Amino acid sequence: MSAASEIRVETFANGLTLIAERMPHVRSAAFNLILPAGAAYDPADKRGLAGVLSDLMVRGAGSLDHRQLTLALDRLGLDRSQGVGPLLMHFNGATLGRHLLSALRVYADILRRPHLPAHELEPVRSLALQHLQSLEDDPQSKVLAELKKRHVPAPLGYHPGGTAEGLRAIAIEDVRRQYQTYVHPGAMILAVAGDVDWPALVDTVGALFADWSAGATPPLTLGSRGERQAHLAKETQQTHIGLAYPAVPIGHPDYYAALGAVNVLSGGMSARLFTEVREKRGLCYAVWASYQTFREQGHVFCYAGTTAERAQETLEVVLQVIRSLAQGVQRDEVERVQAGLKASLIMQQEATGARASRLASDWYFLGRIRTFEEIHKAIDELTPDTITDYVRRYPPDDITLVTLGPKPLQWSASL
Amino acid sequence: MRISFHHTRLDNGLAVIGEVVPHARSVALGFFVHTGSRHEPEQWAGVSHFLEHMAFKGTERRTAWDINRDFDAIGAHYNAFTSEEMTVFHCAVLPEFMPQALDILADIVRPSLPAGEFELEKKVILEEIHMYADEPTWAAYEEAKQAFFAGHPLGRSVLGTVESVSALTREQMAEYHRQRYLAGNITLVAAGRLDWDRLVELAEKHCGHWPSGYVNDRLTVPVPKRSRRTLVRPQVAQEHIFLLSPGPGVDSPQRYAAELLALILGDDTGSRLYWALIDPGRADSADVSVHGYQGVGAFFTYVSCDPEHASANIEIALEVLATAGAEITEEELTQARNKMAARMVRAAELPMGRMRALGFNWTYLQEYRTVDDELRRLDQVTVADLQQLTEQYPLDRATVVALGCAEDLEGQKAVVSAELSS
Repeated sequence: MSAASEIRVETFANGLTLIAERMPHVRSAAFNLILPAGAAYDPADKRGLAGVLSDLMVRGAGSLDHRQLTLALDRLGLDRSQGVGPLLMHFNGATLGRHLLSALRVYADILRRPHLPAHELEPVRSLALQHLQSLEDDPQSKVLAELKKRHVPAPLGYHPGGTAEGLRAIAIEDVRRQYQTYVHPGAMILAVAGDVDWPALVDTVGALFADWSAGATPPLTLGSRGERQAHLAKETQQTHIGLAYPAVPIGHPDYYAALGAVNVLSGGMSARLFTEVREKRGLCYAVWASYQTFREQGHVFCYAGTTAERAQETLEVVLQVIRSLAQGVQRDEVERVQAGLKASLIMQQEATGARASRLASDWYFLGRIRTFEEIHKAIDELTPDTITDYVRRYPPDDITLVTLGPKPLQWSASL
Repeated sequence: MRISFHHTRLDNGLAVIGEVVPHARSVALGFFVHTGSRHEPEQWAGVSHFLEHMAFKGTERRTAWDINRDFDAIGAHYNAFTSEEMTVFHCAVLPEFMPQALDILADIVRPSLPAGEFELEKKVILEEIHMYADEPTWAAYEEAKQAFFAGHPLGRSVLGTVESVSALTREQMAEYHRQRYLAGNITLVAAGRLDWDRLVELAEKHCGHWPSGYVNDRLTVPVPKRSRRTLVRPQVAQEHIFLLSPGPGVDSPQRYAAELLALILGDDTGSRLYWALIDPGRADSADVSVHGYQGVGAFFTYVSCDPEHASANIEIALEVLATAGAEITEEELTQARNKMAARMVRAAELPMGRMRALGFNWTYLQEYRTVDDELRRLDQVTVADLQQLTEQYPLDRATVVALGCAEDLEGQKAVVSAELSS
């Protein structure tokens, strides 16, 4: 069951790191390419620029115009996406293993020789504006975006899609400048998983990328977090509740304890939030908590959606459940968390896309790939004490709350 | 290590099928119950889906808490879903936990419907209905289905309505279960690393006593109705547009051709609607999918855009659909085929994905197809097949429903309403 022996890593002189895992018995291959060129690097008056850049990069590159490039990738059966998160720009793809190298050749053009054509800016801007507008029609995503904006320090908490004013202010020169400054191999990671042949892969990637010189990404200055509570008035049927609190980041000695704590809250249907809020009280259809990490700081985000008249009770129960962690965790709860985490760890090894993104994120966060045995052991070592002890040292009391719905809720930080 | 397929039927009629994949790291199990909203009497609308929820709320041997605890204790990934024609209970586990997983999964297919839990879960279902009502894409989808299927059960929401769900009683649900959950109407599907003989032995132990018998459905055929209307919702930001037209059923030999045509017309990259609407920035979403039901199907085209461009976009979409059959090139077919082949292969690499494909093929077609069989069928589709399909099912003869703040869309009858949703 060991995965370690199958993983190969090569870091080129320009900084690009190639990671590959050959997975036996699969015919597909997936890649995940990430670089620090995300939305946090947008100029303050042009938020949304990085997202526009990533979409323009695939609209013509090398010897191919937009239509030819699309055709070339479609012919390879490549399912793909590109875009930006707070810090990273990503290009993902998956298809049959035998088409992987051909796809990477097209991506070398996209990354190194994009046309960034002026006439494509308006359509891309229009799409970006419509995506922002679509967020208004999706209250769950909207409340989470507004929550992140307030909870996570600027500019990491900003919505990666930018703002309407920012998008309208973008000129093609801005896009080209953003490309010149941020898109280079200095901290780029290309992770591949599935039916891959390492010697051919490393040769091809070397030929495509090794002679590209690295630039210097300007450092990022973090601001402060926003207000602790906000209500967005809207005549929706449900009140949508989002709340967040800090956690330790990945790589921290308490990382697995933090993950264990979130899973006690929301790991399976027997976890505390689902049991108390939905199963015992029937307050919600959707209620969950999830862990997300940056390099320096982790966060727990929590969501519940319920009809307006039951929203106050729902909020109070959710807060009680979160606070109950500090009063202790039962052994059988930890055993279920362990069983769930281990099953997910093993099942992830059947999915090429999931594996590729795990390889890339391990390298990005930790500078190495965690072995199967290492993760397994860390999960085994979780106990009620390690989790309770973690929650007591990092109590979930620095909470940000955002609600969306017909009426605001009663809440104070000391509730 | 060879992949092998097995099937049998227990004395009570329960079909058991399994694809054994010795190199898999997990095993997926599913009970496919041939029942859904299409089979419901109108006054019981939503009972199939509500019953699916109640499966997790208690059995003779387990309380709701026991079910969740027992599944979580073996690290299972488990859930259930209900469609117009099928209710599926499924889980994926590590191979060593297959016996426990089957024990729990078989148990919940025969729930005891505790009265307290019934009333509590009713509230959860009503929350689910409200949640979807807050999402205009879903609201538009439901309205379009209702308009297209015009009074036929396929047009009803799988969730039911606030009224029908509120009025349902425990006794009605128990009666529905007695009628529909007969062993002959259920298939147990397994895929991944498993011991076939052991699976059959356990199926006998856990399901052998289930009431035997088959369900003989006399399904009515819907007569789709063409109409065009706009539902005015001042609070909605984007315009959400559905165009529905008839297509082949899930059991039709034209299924593969229909899937390929949908990709050529409306895949998210490089399709005709992509070039007509997304590339120029006219719409932020435009896709075509084919929904197959027993004996009947429909093409669903969805467009989301700024309300300002909605009128023009409806006409562009109809134009693309009207010329669907014209000049389909070998190149377009090859692209669509390659995309679909890669998706099929990837889905099949996960036991959960494979279990779903096996289950639907077996319950609808009484047929086993390997992944390579499926790929060969894709290869056999020709440009002429696609042309014939579009002649038989002209996609522009569509029911068009737009939902959003636009009030005066050309050619559309506006229905102004202060309600947030139906």
